[in-house]
Amino acid sequence: MRIIVCAKQVPDTSEVKIDPKTNRIIRDGVPSILNPDDANALEEALLLKDSQPDTEVIVVSMGPPQAKDMLIECLAMGADKCYLLSDRAVGGSDTWATSNAVTSLIEKVVEECGPFDMIFAGRQAIDGDTAQVGPQIAEKMHLPQVTYVQKFEISDDKKVVTVQRQLEDGYEIIEVPTPCMLTCIKELNNPRYMTVSGIVKACKADAPIYVKSAKDCECDLSKVGLEASPTVVFRSFTPAPKAPGQIIQGEDERTQSQNLLAKLKEKHAI
Amino acid sequence: MAVVINQELCKGCKICVKNCPFQAIDFDEATRKATINEKCTACSVCISKCPFKAITKDESDEVDLSAYKHIWVFAEQRDGELMGVAKELIACGRRLSRDISPETKCYALLVGNNLDALGQEAIEWGADGSILIESPLLEHFNTDGYTKVICDAIKEYKPEIILYGATHIGRDLAPRVAGRSNVGLTADCTGLEVDLEKYKAYCAKETTLDLSTLEGEDPDDKCIKQTRPAFGGNLMATIVSKKTRPQMSTVRPGVMSKQERVPGAKGEIIKVTPQLEESDIRTKIIKIVKEAKEMVSLTDAKIICSGGRGLGGPEGFKLIEQFANKVGGVVGSSRACVDAGWIGHEHQVGQTGTTVKPDIYFACGISGAIQHQAGMKNSKLIVAINKDPDAPIFGIADYGIVGDLYKVVPMIIEEWDNFSTAL
Repeated sequence: MRIIVCAKQVPDTSEVKIDPKTNRIIRDGVPSILNPDDANALEEALLLKDSQPDTEVIVVSMGPPQAKDMLIECLAMGADKCYLLSDRAVGGSDTWATSNAVTSLIEKVVEECGPFDMIFAGRQAIDGDTAQVGPQIAEKMHLPQVTYVQKFEISDDKKVVTVQRQLEDGYEIIEVPTPCMLTCIKELNNPRYMTVSGIVKACKADAPIYVKSAKDCECDLSKVGLEASPTVVFRSFTPAPKAPGQIIQGEDERTQSQNLLAKLKEKHAI
Repeated sequence: MAVVINQELCKGCKICVKNCPFQAIDFDEATRKATINEKCTACSVCISKCPFKAITKDESDEVDLSAYKHIWVFAEQRDGELMGVAKELIACGRRLSRDISPETKCYALLVGNNLDALGQEAIEWGADGSILIESPLLEHFNTDGYTKVICDAIKEYKPEIILYGATHIGRDLAPRVAGRSNVGLTADCTGLEVDLEKYKAYCAKETTLDLSTLEGEDPDDKCIKQTRPAFGGNLMATIVSKKTRPQMSTVRPGVMSKQERVPGAKGEIIKVTPQLEESDIRTKIIKIVKEAKEMVSLTDAKIICSGGRGLGGPEGFKLIEQFANKVGGVVGSSRACVDAGWIGHEHQVGQTGTTVKPDIYFACGISGAIQHQAGMKNSKLIVAINKDPDAPIFGIADYGIVGDLYKVVPMIIEEWDNFSTAL
């Protein structure tokens, strides 16, 4: 079997701070990490490889050259190969343009490595939280998709995958034929740690990390990058600072409670 | 729409660079080729100037934006029940449609089977009309079927804007529809405005944006300004899709407010016959399982009800547990209670316990020592209930009630259902 895993290097948003003077994001010193949901996607592919050693796990990513650091981590966890599309021509892509670019990269991988049985992607990346690129790659590649996958099984003949798709109030059990796109959530598994031997191998100069340009992938330049993106950032800013707290008044506890809940409702918190 | 330079045909003669009226063509010294930059207006002057026919205009995706009219709300239904977020978005869509023009209407788009009653209900929640796409194959949500029939309907009716709830279904469907229609989609919006003045008012209230930067904007441009958080809420951005139609957004449940239902309200019902075969749908639903939410951990909890020394004893946590059960939250505790053996360590919030960031943190009888604050001060909303008006917790709380928690908390429990709008 051959499995493609879509991964993204993201800033650890829990460490992001705002400069109080300029209201800008302080990026210096913010660690870059493998996007958490993508780690679950990779883990599920590696679990399949554990049970079926002839499985090849290929990680694909798009980003600046330093995204290689994240791919080293993927190799050290157990991925067989990594492909990185890194090119200024694809910089500034929105989700639509990104999915076009990554689709071109996956087509390149297929050309070099052969057809795949499945694509695993994380549900969403923590920097943008859009959850769009997985489904949009599936659309561009005409693949069936299941999002929010929390449990996964594959038939012996590898033709059908049975998954649990999480819903707000339960789940669905869905059968989908391969090849398909599955987007993974953290309930699916617990990502493994890198192994020491894995790290040593992944850091070698000849580690199987292949960096491709837009030209290598034959990207249609009218469909990738900032200019091609249908969405544009109109303005960006920081949220208004927290207003000082407020003591809720009321003649008795019931009125106080009602006034409090009315406030919470006004804030759309409940 | 876009002008493109075929890099293989380009000989690097720079004629186009000189002729471009907008300085929109750069010469790349490295490759010795011309490239188009963001200043390009697609005026096409360069195309005829190129001696090597290397410049072309991609006409295929040329769209007449003015042909797209009206707002659609994907009115998500499950098992014949309209989702809360659909009602909220109908009210939002209605408001936006009036801001675009008096002729602009807001339609509820319903996909499923046997939808007559829901079509009428959507109108009662404020839609001008309902578009029904019915088929036994659409009874339950499936990506392939829903995407196909919605994309077909978009082609036929050309809506200007489509809003979706950012539910597990909406977030599966909307990117697929946007991908196939080749249009922009903005996820999880928290603010939507078409009118520039109203957008300014929104920014003044909710953001730190310098409003003078909006002075050059065209007040007649009614494109939808979609504001959403990014970087874990540390940054916000307003996104527009000026070049493509329909403009599409998803909105999380609970962000917008629904309007009062008007029983018997009248509106247009449009029935669309879908072109759909069983073979179009590649996934198969084996089973749909409903289950109560499992007990979530403190770190994932949306709501945390925490008790402190003010509880007076271990039995106080019974009330906190009732409170948590009512609001769908998780029980937390200050260190003092854990040290006193009133509750297990796994409930402890604070520097030496768990760091939490729920949507609402209820601190009941917690004074708010620094070490406790360190573990919860990043909660979105903090509500403090304490007898002592000078307790430090009131310094970081958004809302406080000075009073006896044994009197206040039972009242909140009693009143909760009158206010809560659960999904």
